[in-house]
Amino acid sequence: MEDLSKYPLQLDGNDVPVVRFMNVTKSYGSLTVLDQLDLDVTEGEMVSVIGPSGSGKTTVLRMLMTLETINSGVIYVDGQPLTHMEKKGVLVPADQKYLRKARAKIGMCFQHFNLFPHMTALQNCMEGPVQVLGMSKKQAQERSEELLSLVGMIEKKDQHPSRLSGGQQQRVAIARALAMRPKVMLFDEVTSALDPEVIGEVTNVIRNLVNEHNLTMLMVTHQMGFARDISDRVCFFFAGKIEEQGKPADLFGNPQRERTRQFLSAVKEAD
Amino acid sequence: MSYWSFLVEYGPRFIDGVWITAQQFVLAALLAIAIALCAGLMRLSENAASRGLAIGYIELFRGTSLLVQLYWIFFVLPLFGITLEKFSAGFLAVGMNLGAYGAELVRGGIQSVPKGQWEAAYALSMSPAKRMIRVILPQALLNMLPPWGNLLIELLKSTALVSLIAVADLMFQAKQINGSTFMSAQAFGTALIIYYILARFIVTPFMRRCELVMARKMGRG
Ligand SMILES: Nc1ncnc2c1ncn2[C@@H]1O[C@H](COP(=O)(O)OP(=O)(O)OP(=O)(O)O)[C@@H](O)[C@H]1O
Ligand SMILES: [Mg+2]
Repeated sequence: MEDLSKYPLQLDGNDVPVVRFMNVTKSYGSLTVLDQLDLDVTEGEMVSVIGPSGSGKTTVLRMLMTLETINSGVIYVDGQPLTHMEKKGVLVPADQKYLRKARAKIGMCFQHFNLFPHMTALQNCMEGPVQVLGMSKKQAQERSEELLSLVGMIEKKDQHPSRLSGGQQQRVAIARALAMRPKVMLFDEVTSALDPEVIGEVTNVIRNLVNEHNLTMLMVTHQMGFARDISDRVCFFFAGKIEEQGKPADLFGNPQRERTRQFLSAVKEAD
Repeated sequence: MSYWSFLVEYGPRFIDGVWITAQQFVLAALLAIAIALCAGLMRLSENAASRGLAIGYIELFRGTSLLVQLYWIFFVLPLFGITLEKFSAGFLAVGMNLGAYGAELVRGGIQSVPKGQWEAAYALSMSPAKRMIRVILPQALLNMLPPWGNLLIELLKSTALVSLIAVADLMFQAKQINGSTFMSAQAFGTALIIYYILARFIVTPFMRRCELVMARKMGRG
């Protein structure tokens, strides 16, 4: 067991990041997927995560969503520990109840949308606010309809997912996550399962979120052009570590590391 | 005696029997559903004790004969101070037995719901109970309905065994009529036809209807 006393109970100071990974390691058996990762995301920042398959990109998001437990280190959200909680002056691994509250600050969109098939688009969006936040149905409906308008899906609000295209389902999924008013939004390759002609409708929604709303976002993507366009920062992952990170213009225009160059030229060729 | 006059003479007794069979069926089915849900959920629980309990129950009731279970409940339990009247013993045995089979259907139905559904519900901060009730079970139910249709028909046919502890169901009446008239073909033939009609024209269409309603709730069909 790791000695957790070296980690602060909470982050203080003026510029507390919205997300902080501190020395986070994740392994499956003998396979180390993330190796002592440190990563900060500041308020309102859009950070893209790129890298070869298996480099741990999805794992970063899943740990932040607390879908996976971590083996060492601590993740903080909003200055408060996410993966741990305080007990008698030290951090201990968080229990279910703590996690349920802590992860409410985080919203996630998945590659395969994962909408609830037995609910309409509107019901999908209302589910969290009503069942988790305890909102009245009327309030939740207002909020959900507003968000469905934002993603351009208000006309289809009474349709079930099986009646929607992939791009439409993904937009509803974004609205559903936003309905919880998360501080941080996570996108894991949200356009990978889509037909090329509908990718634009989803990226436009995300672009709009970046421009008009002060959300903090972490996005795993294989679309380099899109990442370059909208990110404040791009992190290149390689073998469970951040090999290189920087402003998109720098990382794409003038990569410093050999592996980054190799990866970027390999992707360019594939395009 | 023509079959027609046989029916006129003994029809009322068959109807009495059908009425008891229907009661046995409905009570046993409700019990089986309740048991299946509990045992199926316990079977998937993270708690080793409840998992073990469920496995033990399922093994015991699927691994031994329903008739023996029925006799145990009716003849042996009284030796331990638990005496049940035959009507209750009948539907309890059938319900408990078929509930064990149903538990496996519940388990399979829940496991057939894609992992992404759990994760999406988790990402909305839903509690484990809410995830199960609001997200997983409705989808599991849709997957489970066709095999449940088969199970309920099996259950209907199994209720005939309660005649062996003298519950006056359809089978019991047929046996009685046969005993007093020796018209075996007519007596058991009529029972055969009535069981078939109950299964084919009542239970099956009812389950179809449930499937349709559920499918519509999913926006399909
Ligand atoms: N549940 C698991 N059990 C065992 N190994 C796992 C599990 N989940 C992920 N891995 C492994 O962890 C490594 C990182 O996986 P991850 O999904 O984070 O990669 P990725 O960067 O998102 O890749 P891709 O671009 O293909 O989506 C991979 O080698 C993967 O095989
Ligand atoms: Mg991935």
